[in-house]
Amino acid sequence: MIRSPKLARLSRRRVLRGMLDGAAVTVGLPLLDCLLSDSGQALASGAPLPPRFVTWFWGLGGNSSVFVPKTTGAGYELPEELQPLERVRQHVNVYTNFNAFRDSAPNLCHYSGWIVCRSGSAPIASEDKPGETIDVTIARTIGRTSRFPTVMVTANGDMRTSFSYENSNSINAAEPSPLNLYTRLFGPGYQDPNAETFTPSALVMARRSVLSGVLDETRELAKVVGADDRARLDQYFTGLRDLERQFDQQLTKPEPIAACHPVAAPGQDSRPGIDADIVAQRHRQLTELMVMALACDQTRVFSMAYSAAFAGTIKPGYEKPHHTTTHEEPIDKEAGYQTIASWFTRRAMEEWAYFVEAFAKQREGDGTLLDNTLIYASTDSNWARIHSIDGIPMFTAGRAGGRVRTGLHVDGGGTAATRVGYTAMKVFGVDAASWGTKSNNTSKEIAEVLA
Amino acid sequence: MRYPPAHRIGRRWLPERGPRSRVAAVALAFALLPHSGAAGAPAAPTDSSPAGPVDAASPARMRLLSQEQYFNSLGYVFGPDISVAAHFAPFQRTDGLLRNGGASAGVTIAQMQEFQRTAGSLAEQVVSPANRAYLVPCTPRSDKKADRGCAQAFLLPVGRLLFRRPLDKAQADAIVTRSVEAADQLDDFYGGLAVALEGLMLAPQALFVVDRAGPQAARPGYARLDAYSLASRLSFFLWNAGPDDELLRAAGNGELDSEAGLAKSVDRMLASPRLETGMRAFFDDMLRFDDLAVLAKDPGIYPTFGAETVVDAREQTLRTLVDHLLVKKRDYRDLFTTRETFVSPPLAVIYDVAAPPGWSRYTSPDDDSRAGLLTQVSFLAAHAHPGRSSPTLRGKALRELLLCQTVPRPPPNVDFSLLEDANSRLATARERLDLHRTNPVCAGCHKITDPIGLAFEHFDGAGQYREKERGAAIDASGGLDGRQFEDLAGLSQALRDHPQLGACLVKRIYAWATGGATQASDKPVLDSLGQGFAADGYRLPVLLRSVALSGAFATVREDVPSPGPAAGGR
Repeated sequence: MIRSPKLARLSRRRVLRGMLDGAAVTVGLPLLDCLLSDSGQALASGAPLPPRFVTWFWGLGGNSSVFVPKTTGAGYELPEELQPLERVRQHVNVYTNFNAFRDSAPNLCHYSGWIVCRSGSAPIASEDKPGETIDVTIARTIGRTSRFPTVMVTANGDMRTSFSYENSNSINAAEPSPLNLYTRLFGPGYQDPNAETFTPSALVMARRSVLSGVLDETRELAKVVGADDRARLDQYFTGLRDLERQFDQQLTKPEPIAACHPVAAPGQDSRPGIDADIVAQRHRQLTELMVMALACDQTRVFSMAYSAAFAGTIKPGYEKPHHTTTHEEPIDKEAGYQTIASWFTRRAMEEWAYFVEAFAKQREGDGTLLDNTLIYASTDSNWARIHSIDGIPMFTAGRAGGRVRTGLHVDGGGTAATRVGYTAMKVFGVDAASWGTKSNNTSKEIAEVLA
Repeated sequence: MRYPPAHRIGRRWLPERGPRSRVAAVALAFALLPHSGAAGAPAAPTDSSPAGPVDAASPARMRLLSQEQYFNSLGYVFGPDISVAAHFAPFQRTDGLLRNGGASAGVTIAQMQEFQRTAGSLAEQVVSPANRAYLVPCTPRSDKKADRGCAQAFLLPVGRLLFRRPLDKAQADAIVTRSVEAADQLDDFYGGLAVALEGLMLAPQALFVVDRAGPQAARPGYARLDAYSLASRLSFFLWNAGPDDELLRAAGNGELDSEAGLAKSVDRMLASPRLETGMRAFFDDMLRFDDLAVLAKDPGIYPTFGAETVVDAREQTLRTLVDHLLVKKRDYRDLFTTRETFVSPPLAVIYDVAAPPGWSRYTSPDDDSRAGLLTQVSFLAAHAHPGRSSPTLRGKALRELLLCQTVPRPPPNVDFSLLEDANSRLATARERLDLHRTNPVCAGCHKITDPIGLAFEHFDGAGQYREKERGAAIDASGGLDGRQFEDLAGLSQALRDHPQLGACLVKRIYAWATGGATQASDKPVLDSLGQGFAADGYRLPVLLRSVALSGAFATVREDVPSPGPAAGGR
């Protein structure tokens, strides 16, 4: 039941005054005694378990000869570099022979490929940042009711390693620290959906009221700036409105979530560095937090970067980082590929498998979190040695609430890589007739993965 | 008791912080009370008249505060103890500076959440029982009730500092009313104050620095900045923070409208210890020290290079810059040949010298190969790989960071594998890179980076001196734009004498001052400032003064097409 000693002392006049100031004060319902519907596929209210969209990024692709499965469809054999996926192969789709098209734009090394896969357009210059990225696009459809519309994290320790943009001037900075991520997700401001009591915060109500004044200030300022800056103020205004929404949400009793059991705070962050072991450790800490953030419905869209596109990951004792290795290591005549570069790719694939498995292990309803999630994994190039963006590999994992089939290898036949992203957008109900520009424009979903 | 602020904001390597409460008390005193200029003689100008072409101007911009500017500004208002770990989105580096990205950066929903979280935490700290006695200049009639008068006494001066101009009556009434209503809601005067303060810190007037036009200039389409915008521009230029009380007063009483009044304020700001904060931030940006925040070396290859090495490498260079340019007011170019610097124990291990705990001054012997910024770890290790040196990265950094040149990106389809072919028996980087220079696809770029980058080869990827590479003697000779040299000392001298060295600094300083990338139309003013800089012996304070007093700095134009970065520094 609601126990709100502070609220009890709020007079009706004060609450009404808050409402007159524009604050849509919402007081939640008493705690219900059941957490899920009988079917286990819905929340107590009858609402279905929410769909989630997650992205994962690794840099520098792979060696095609040992990365691309020989057969398509189900039951394909995992090539050497994908061997780490054995334990999650039933959850994963592998996409190969899809192209990132640059048309008349130059091939910007380790840049054009990922931008096409995440935003649908090839950049003209390295200063061109992507427009809205796919995580933000999908968050606009499924993420606006959660506390965080989208969250970006990175395992390489560098907050600049982000693949999430609201527009070309607005990056969502990546959180590199597990400790900071924990604080952001489960520290002050976190409302335990399964708490026995709910106390709407009078402080949040007051903050909500003050925001209306800030919105007015923004309107005033918009009168004295030029058109470009007005657009930036509009974006700022949208951010304020979203804060209002979050405050409203904090004033509402959250729906109980059986799967939500926040993990303990990480003891400490990994030491600085980007050797593969440290990156893996950081990646796993961030993954655990990310899984629980989704399970607790703090966000429905989450992005992880395992590495940067110019991946600087280190193999201890070897003098060159991953990126330099892909360019300078000779091809081993016996193996037929660059063996040390492949070592880096295999480490990345081990972490990709760990990532998928973490979602598969998280119980939710009658199934797992992965059942209700679609994870889209992309990279910057096919064969990094020559910056090839033809045949750029991608993965998905998860069934998105039963809407996606898994365990398949899909050969794109040289069609646009944006088809994978577009398929994801349609799975989540994004109202878009097509996605991408020029040759990357597509309105063709990948039918064989749709259930 | 309240203390003059200049005593508190001293050189960073001289810890002198007093009791916490004293520091906090000073903060508001500094913010709210008038005070005289700080100690120290301003740089002597050779000419107090406005520099540059008379019709020069810069675009009117709306700049988002960087994280550092945000905290510098709040630190002035409330003291440095009011702080929180924050993660504002980084700006996009534009025309060589991260700061320039603030002129186009937008605020994402995630960033807005971060602003709110930060503002909420800071406001809570300001009114906390431990701080309110020092930071709130009045005591309410009751802690549990609204007190309009006391709220006003706190919020209006603070609002003026955060908005960098006085609040108009409607704004002031609205802000105080919000505090009163929130106090009513919460039954808590200080809670109401915190909520209103949070609103102030979230307001666009606080987060965006907007260039507002004042009186029209003689030429159509051009206007002088209004006095408060000029004050903000000055303050973020020189201090990397919002204006102080005295500067806002000068703006309010018309002092900044006259050449003499403006010069008086500029000289006060140049003499303030806060200039060091501003110039540290500038060089941090210009030298791309944000990269140092994530720099790591392979501990198996460089076991003596740790996280503390990186921190101290950054600090060493910033100390050297401040000491040389601001304290001793020496020629900027001599930074690249000076033997005077500072060392700490983690750096002493890399430099193979003895050093006592903490920081100490160090002058390298005349026969030592280390002299100038190019031989410091902050340059050598930052522009190298985690496990080896990189002549290409070092050559590229020298040209881009110090000469404002652009080195093209490598072509996408190059085979570099011969560099590591075990059968090629190429022992040194020079031999390996010769492959690039003989390959026509690579030669175009490598011939502009490698002849200078190879001069650094006596220093490994961690910045440690070495005689040989893989047992082979190192040839560090090369050439920089027609000037031949035998070793890194020769390159440093060639760089010191390079005509673009000073011009590049002028270009970066001007962009830093006006808050955005330079444009082709800025070339006349850059040339004019460059000539003045050279004539005055390349002394940074003189350049800063010239920029601050220039017509272009105080004048804005609107709707001028942006034809791209100026070719300054060439």
